[in-house]
Amino acid sequence: MGRYIAKRFLLVIPTILGVITLVFFLRFLSPGDPARLMLGERATPDAVRVLRAEWGLDRPKAEQYLVYMGKVLRLDLGRSYKNGDPVAQEILTRFPATVELSVVSMVIASVLGILAGVVAATRRNTVADFVAMVGSLVGVSVPIFWLGLILIIVFAVNLNLFPTGGRLDGRMLMVPITGFYTLDGLLYIFREHDFSYFLSALHHIILPAVALATVPLAVIARVTRSAMLEIMGQDYIRTARAKGLPERTVIWSHAFRNALLPVITIIGIEFGYNLAGTVLTETIFAWPGIGNWLYTAVLSRDYLAVQGGVAFVSIAFILINLLVDVMYAYVNPRIRY
Amino acid sequence: MADPSVTRDLSPFQEQWLQFRQSRSAVLGLFIVVLFFLLALFAPMIAPADPIAQNLEAQLTRPLHGGYLFGADDLGRDILSRILFGARISLLVGAISVSISLAIGGAVGLLSGYFGGLADLLVMRLIDIMLAFPSILLAIVICAAMGPSLQNAMIAIGVIGIPSIARIVRASVLAEKEMDYVTAERSLGASHLRLVFSAILPNCLAPLIVQATLAYAGAIISAAGLSFLGLGAQPPTPEWGFMVSSGMEYISTAWWVITFPGLAILVAVLGFNLLGDGLRDVLDPRMKE
Repeated sequence: MGRYIAKRFLLVIPTILGVITLVFFLRFLSPGDPARLMLGERATPDAVRVLRAEWGLDRPKAEQYLVYMGKVLRLDLGRSYKNGDPVAQEILTRFPATVELSVVSMVIASVLGILAGVVAATRRNTVADFVAMVGSLVGVSVPIFWLGLILIIVFAVNLNLFPTGGRLDGRMLMVPITGFYTLDGLLYIFREHDFSYFLSALHHIILPAVALATVPLAVIARVTRSAMLEIMGQDYIRTARAKGLPERTVIWSHAFRNALLPVITIIGIEFGYNLAGTVLTETIFAWPGIGNWLYTAVLSRDYLAVQGGVAFVSIAFILINLLVDVMYAYVNPRIRY
Repeated sequence: MADPSVTRDLSPFQEQWLQFRQSRSAVLGLFIVVLFFLLALFAPMIAPADPIAQNLEAQLTRPLHGGYLFGADDLGRDILSRILFGARISLLVGAISVSISLAIGGAVGLLSGYFGGLADLLVMRLIDIMLAFPSILLAIVICAAMGPSLQNAMIAIGVIGIPSIARIVRASVLAEKEMDYVTAERSLGASHLRLVFSAILPNCLAPLIVQATLAYAGAIISAAGLSFLGLGAQPPTPEWGFMVSSGMEYISTAWWVITFPGLAILVAVLGFNLLGDGLRDVLDPRMKE
């Protein structure tokens, strides 16, 4: 067990270095020169040369790469080409917003996905099963950016039930404690006996979280259904029923417990994708997270920011997958490497 | 087959077709896919209007008014016609990017699976790194670096599809190359080329077809997402994702501008997903859930 985890950890290091390297060299696909891009068409060659020297762009590629890697190892992702902000700090201030959105959407997806999967499996070939399975295929086929906009049209613009974007009411000023506004709102309740922050944070997160939850919900429902179907056909389930246990006990404490392994695994994997795939959702809902920031950086061709942001998100993605693997080995005694 | 003593001797294809037809969702998927290909093919004949002709008097006409079945967009262009011509773009993007993934991923998987050794090890490491990337981010970075255009979006989507194809092909090659029939051909003096292409490849096709169909669905939705972000198709191209993004400004006044192109994406992608699922059940019983 310990050896397996150690081995898995060691394997992650070259993967992370590889990811950073790949992102670094992708920049050279770009036809333009970052310095010229920032200074504009009318900049004098001298000004461009000075800026190139300042950013180290006049050095050989190999040297630029080594310098960048050296900095990354010291957790320095450089400064944005656009406004000189330190990239690492920009990322860290925005990361909690993305994690919060992703976690809330995964909670929605897991609860509803598991319910839908269990219902579909225990009522196999009924209308409920059909609806759940067709629904899950629609869920993986729907373009998220479009679904987000439809949610805004229906629930924000027409029914006026939710705000169209942002994390908090415009006139509220919250000093972030954890950076997760729903948690901070809860703390405010205890500290100031003020519910308004919590309610506002919750109010703002629901629509984007629902949009972001669609794909993982569909996938979790499908995996839960097939895991449950496999288990419901086994002998010990028949035994449990023959003993006269209520169907609810048979389903939840006998069958579902044993279906948990694949379900937890898929939740972990989907969480990774979900965290990395917030760009579209954050853009639509003006959610001030990493995805939104990364998108702005892409549009302004601020490559150093893009490079740092993508490397950071990819590393988070890799670490989540590592965690899933380790957990899987821990929970499943049959797997030992 | 002409032998009358064999009453119901079906070819493997006929057998699979019968099985495929029994799945209602698979048939529905095939129907949708064929429908979209026909719409794309005959778009110039079916479309009621020119997809890029502006009519400033008809700006944001409501659906079912003034001869606009799905309404008109902010420049007075017929949304239905734009969707029909958009089908050409989305299907083309899907075809080209899946071809890129198949060609490169297939070649890489075949060669590294067949020859093995150090090259295999290195290639698979690179594939692992690519898989460690969240694919949408990789596509965004590639598009950002190469500059926004539909062509670059296709390349980016093709590239992100390479790793999964390469893995599938490699795994099937590893399984097939130890089979007796391959050994038999080899001992008859077949060349590497012949072994790879006429012995091994045909037997890897089933999982490859399934993956390609599902990747087609993924390519359509990713291309729409990239175009939505402004990293793919540029105006005035009637691309579905781009149409959705250009309707964002009118979200509180003209819902139809974004609703119909989005529905087109949804139905087309659903079609390919249904078809892929159905094909998986028929072609590859091992991959069944």
